[in-house]
Amino acid sequence: MDITGHLDQSESVPRKKRRGISAWLTRNENARGFLLLSPTSVMVGLLLLLPITALIAISFMTQRGFELDTSFTFNNYLTFFNFSEKPIYYTLLGRSLQMSLTATLVTIVLCYPMAYFLAFHVKKHKVMWLIIITVPFWTSYLLRIFAWKVILGYDGVINSGLISIGLITEPLEFLLYNKMAVTITLAHAWIAFALLPIYVSLEKIDRSLLEAASDLGDSPWRRFWRVTFPLSLPGTISAALLVFIPTVGDYVTPQLVGGTEGIMIGNIIQTLFGKVNNAPLGAAVSLMTMLTVTLVVCLFLGGTTVARKLMSRV
Amino acid sequence: MAAVAAKPGLPFKISPLGAYAAFFLVFIYGPVLLLPLFSFSDSQYVALPITGFTTQWYEQMFQADQLQGALFNSLKVATVTSIVATALAMMAALALTRYRVPGRSVISGTIILPLVIPGIILGVSILVVMVQVLGVTPSLWSVGAGHLLICTPFGMLILISRLEGFDRSLEEASLDLGETRFVTFFRVTLPLALPGVVASILTTFTLSFDEFILAFFLAGVEPTLPVYIWSQLRFPQRLPSVLALGSIILVVSFAVIAFAEWYRRRDVATGAKPV
Repeated sequence: MDITGHLDQSESVPRKKRRGISAWLTRNENARGFLLLSPTSVMVGLLLLLPITALIAISFMTQRGFELDTSFTFNNYLTFFNFSEKPIYYTLLGRSLQMSLTATLVTIVLCYPMAYFLAFHVKKHKVMWLIIITVPFWTSYLLRIFAWKVILGYDGVINSGLISIGLITEPLEFLLYNKMAVTITLAHAWIAFALLPIYVSLEKIDRSLLEAASDLGDSPWRRFWRVTFPLSLPGTISAALLVFIPTVGDYVTPQLVGGTEGIMIGNIIQTLFGKVNNAPLGAAVSLMTMLTVTLVVCLFLGGTTVARKLMSRV
Repeated sequence: MAAVAAKPGLPFKISPLGAYAAFFLVFIYGPVLLLPLFSFSDSQYVALPITGFTTQWYEQMFQADQLQGALFNSLKVATVTSIVATALAMMAALALTRYRVPGRSVISGTIILPLVIPGIILGVSILVVMVQVLGVTPSLWSVGAGHLLICTPFGMLILISRLEGFDRSLEEASLDLGETRFVTFFRVTLPLALPGVVASILTTFTLSFDEFILAFFLAGVEPTLPVYIWSQLRFPQRLPSVLALGSIILVVSFAVIAFAEWYRRRDVATGAKPV
């Protein structure tokens, strides 16, 4: 009964009799796909594309007290690039990029051996290992950052520990409120994000390739650099991007552990939209940040593509 | 390297890499485990040495109205966000895995875009639309909207991998036997995709519950829990009860995420076999 019903609907009924949206949808596969995608697309349009457009529009306006002067101006961008008076914006952007890149590098260097260990040395309970490693990542971001303040602080864990075993008499002050503190804290906060892609790409490597390299006389070290590492590059690259992109705009970590030396561009954006109440300038700084991040990512991806081509020739 | 005769209970040989793994675990767990430690310290200041044990911060926590309000706000936002985001993610994942939509890579790329834009940019751009364009006061709804934007791609990625993982001929059989697409979805696709749906809801819930960067800009006068915690970090004397709450959240998140991961992976392992 059901079978004939289905045939009736789709094949034996002449086209003219079935009109309207449902008939059109039954025939048109693309339209069904689009209809299914439409709620999500509308959401992204309203919450991402429209806001970014508004951000671009407002970056060409001027804030006057609580009013917004909508006449077109480049002044916000000129302020951003003001080389002579206060080079604060692009200097901070440069510093943020540098700190994020360092944090990314540290994260990758910390994660790679662990991912390698998981992929090649752990034989049993891999799922359990992965859960154990990713679970701390799901605890409160703010409190994890705060924990580093407790560790590195004046009367924190490291200082108290060193004093109690008699290695130092005065607390070390260089631990907290600097770039290094921000780098360590960021690396710790984003470690799970970097570990998983590297692990997945290592896990996927065909083990017979490694055997082949050994059989053909490569030492383990040479085999790693000629086979394992190049094959794990895709995961390592996505790990780098997953850490780099969000950390550039972070303002929590710099504010809690960075002190004045560790301030990043996110802090400035936050202040411009908050206390200073200059949304247009904030918008311009935000857009320049986004543009620079995109540019760095493109350069990085381009660079690694070239590097991989060169490596494959060797 | 092959066939290392590991002792029972030791899944790996103690090697340089094994030692590194131990260091790694200490590095990721050390700071996190400090929070519960200090939540039982009887000093008001979060600093060493710890002089005594107390549970008073946990008692104080239950009397703090603001804290409970913020906790309730976060639970509301995270519940609504995780359900709506998973529904949107499910529709998108179905469309992307089951239909040949023209321009699908552009559309899926746009949905994933919020994951590769710094959160602060998403936050301020939504804020600009709300305040400068629409003239609406930020509220919990705007926090939810912001969270929806970052939760949906996460849910979509989880659901796509789940929908690609099971045998599609089951759906085809249902259609061939005369069920409509609608009924097929609820009787075949959804039950099979359920582990992915559960994982998506739990993951997006946790993501929204802990999200601070967007919430800070979009919360207005109704703080979510992370926004409240942020405001308390400036007042050292109120910190211990925040740590007590943080410890409780830590334990609950551990349980929820461990369950979600275990549930998802267990089912992928068994469900991936050909039926």
